[in-house]
Amino acid sequence: MNKLFLVLGAVALVASLQSCKMKTTESAVAGDAASKVYVPPGKYDEFYNFVSGGFSGQVTVYGLPSGRLLKVIPVFSVFPENGYGYSEETKAMLNTTNGLVQWDDQHHLELSQTNGIHDGRWLFANANNTPRVARIDLKTFKTTEILQIPNSGGNHSSPFITENTEYVVAGTRFSVPLGNADVPISSFKKNFKSTASFISVDKNSGHMNIAFQIILPGMNLDLSHAGKGPSHDWFFFSSYNTEQAYTLLEVNASQKDKDFIVAVNWKKAEEYAKAGKGHKMATAYAHNTYDEDKQTATSVIEKEVLLLDPKDCPDMVYMIPCPKSPHGTDVDPTGEYIVGSGKLAALIPVFSFTKIIKAIKDKQFEGNYYGIPVIKYEAALHGEVKKPGLGPLHTEFDGRGNAYTSMFLSSEVVKWRLSDLKVLDRAPTFYSTGHLMVPGGDTRKPYGKYLVAYNKITKDRYLPTGPELCQSAQLFDISGDKMQLLLDFPTIGEPHYGQAIPASIIKDQQVKYYDINKNHNKYVSMGEKKANVVRTGNRVDVYMTAIRSHLVPDNIEGVFVGDEVYFHVTNLEQDWDVPHGFAVKNSPTADLLIMPGETLTIKFNADKQGIFPFYCTDFCSALHQEMSGYLRVSPKGSNVPLKFGTGVIAPATADATETVAK
Amino acid sequence: MKKLTNPGKASIVVIILFLSTLWVLPMWRIDLRAPQYPGGLSMKIWINDVKGDVDIINGLNHYIGMSTIHKKDFPEFVFLPTTMAIFMSLGLGVLLLNRKVGYYIWTGMFAFIGVFSFYDFYKWEYNYGHNLNPEAPIKVPGMSYQPPLFGYKKLLNFEVLSQPDIAGWFYIGAGVLLVSITIYEWKKNMAK
Repeated sequence: MNKLFLVLGAVALVASLQSCKMKTTESAVAGDAASKVYVPPGKYDEFYNFVSGGFSGQVTVYGLPSGRLLKVIPVFSVFPENGYGYSEETKAMLNTTNGLVQWDDQHHLELSQTNGIHDGRWLFANANNTPRVARIDLKTFKTTEILQIPNSGGNHSSPFITENTEYVVAGTRFSVPLGNADVPISSFKKNFKSTASFISVDKNSGHMNIAFQIILPGMNLDLSHAGKGPSHDWFFFSSYNTEQAYTLLEVNASQKDKDFIVAVNWKKAEEYAKAGKGHKMATAYAHNTYDEDKQTATSVIEKEVLLLDPKDCPDMVYMIPCPKSPHGTDVDPTGEYIVGSGKLAALIPVFSFTKIIKAIKDKQFEGNYYGIPVIKYEAALHGEVKKPGLGPLHTEFDGRGNAYTSMFLSSEVVKWRLSDLKVLDRAPTFYSTGHLMVPGGDTRKPYGKYLVAYNKITKDRYLPTGPELCQSAQLFDISGDKMQLLLDFPTIGEPHYGQAIPASIIKDQQVKYYDINKNHNKYVSMGEKKANVVRTGNRVDVYMTAIRSHLVPDNIEGVFVGDEVYFHVTNLEQDWDVPHGFAVKNSPTADLLIMPGETLTIKFNADKQGIFPFYCTDFCSALHQEMSGYLRVSPKGSNVPLKFGTGVIAPATADATETVAK
Repeated sequence: MKKLTNPGKASIVVIILFLSTLWVLPMWRIDLRAPQYPGGLSMKIWINDVKGDVDIINGLNHYIGMSTIHKKDFPEFVFLPTTMAIFMSLGLGVLLLNRKVGYYIWTGMFAFIGVFSFYDFYKWEYNYGHNLNPEAPIKVPGMSYQPPLFGYKKLLNFEVLSQPDIAGWFYIGAGVLLVSITIYEWKKNMAK
């Protein structure tokens, strides 16, 4: 009998071992997930999801809930696919004081807002590496403005915006000396500064201008978000490396218990700027704008920036201690709670705007940091979320009193309640989520149905593709008490922050084609009869038209080695989704993708003698393959007259009468 | 000489009003649909113009060698409004004259104009669909592209639907009214 028990006990033990197996990811998807993300062919997604392209420098657009890629919008990197950054019309968009900078590291996106709600007009994007801010028009999904940021060593806490898009901010991740002064790196404390730039946005045109830059002590500004409602006048930036390390930051910038959330009263700053409390600094930064009317970008070098020093501007900046090396600083929809996610902290501090204002009024300061008052931690604190997970990074809100924080180290999303700071639910992510996004989750009215986690690591989640793997996004349904994983899909580049807007807000404002009669491009050909070839010295301008299914002119002679040939191609079509492409043989850079009613120019250097075919690169019609022509490049000094046309058939003897000079 | 009944007199005013819609609304429409044109294309024929997606239709039809449609190529856009204006002013004459026989002649004119217009429309459609450029890139043996005079037809990848537009229905209404009143007047005459 005892033996039997022993055997049974052993069996039970082995059986229980079985249940001690490591958890697998396969159990993660359950229930009706498939039906919730299924968008039938021909049907539209519910949301546009704009996702940062990270080191690709571009912005991507996905549909939610399907996760289908709709578009890559070229912003900070050249894009051979459609000629962005290569065509003469768009080159200037990538101009900087360091010449053409044709790549960048694009991290964060913000949709324009009116009264704290998405208004569907523009999308703003930051460039981290060569500090820049871009504005994308949501009628054309085109980058229409890029503004360089001076006095910045890296534009990370950007392009967060105020509730009426009054300002877009740009906070420096890497402090540098103002005015590019040549100083020893070890003089960091003395000479290095971080700056918070406030870029004003014109209500009607969207045109950006640096209104003022607030000079802050040398430290790293990480992320930011504007206040809302009662906290409308304020902007909150997280900071790390308040240790002011300039080497081995991994260790040296992780020493202090607390860094700061920098609270900026931008209304006050605006008043100080107006009252002449700032001083103008001579500098240089590029300001590039795309003119819709002329279909051409121009770059202007701005020469001056207004600096505001907190020393001269009392009550403008306060510091709130925040554990420990905070990353995201996020403001809840009511504008009352400011959540600092200390990425090395074991808790999430939640600050109360009411308490911050009271603390300032009662002068509850624990000291100052380079003259900026530091509010007592407890005086500003609403409370702490205890044991939320490891490595909290970012928080978004659902508009129902809940917050969702991404945990990089414990690789999960944690849902918690703002009122009592209780953790309500946690869902694993695959793997190591950075940003997360609830549609409208950083506005006054989150749509609150979905949550997307943007993951840094995918490992085994997709079919392996050699050592370089994709990064990914994961979609959750957050309409119930428990978060439900619905879908994951790969992304282009590294997805940092994203934004999502209901499709209904911008779907119907989309431009279908450009009105040819409103095309004021300098090099437009208004009809085939205006097609022309003009020589000026060694510059040859080809005014070409494209319409299904021929190019005018399609035979060009009288071009010589050493000439610079500019093909100005006008797409004469006036119908939806009839672009034409254009490329010349051996073109070293890009083709052109010309929308109906648009004119684009590509430069071709005639370096070698030969016959160079050119053709339409976008399958436009049943006769697309026939949409082609020839450029003849003759040796320098040849006796070949300038000749061009389409449909002109030369007499059979023509070639015999022509001589080529040796 | 027999005088017109009151309904007969009223009908003249109504018919003139009906026909005046020809100057403010399209009279005929030809709708086209193909896989690549989910929203469809539409050509609207007015008494003195042709509007709608004419440019797009012209662009497509050059593949199969059909001629392009231009307002200036249609003398009808001058003749038709002139004819209709004369017809309408003659109606006023019939009203002033107040004789049944005037009304009968007026109806006869309408029938003639109507039949002739449709014959002219058919003839144009026939030429438009049959007179193809011999150098057209796409030639389908035995295929012609005459649009339907009235109703539905499938032409290569396009489905075509040809039907009256609003002013066209008013025109038809005017015709129905003319014939009905003619019969009415005739019967009244017989009854006496």
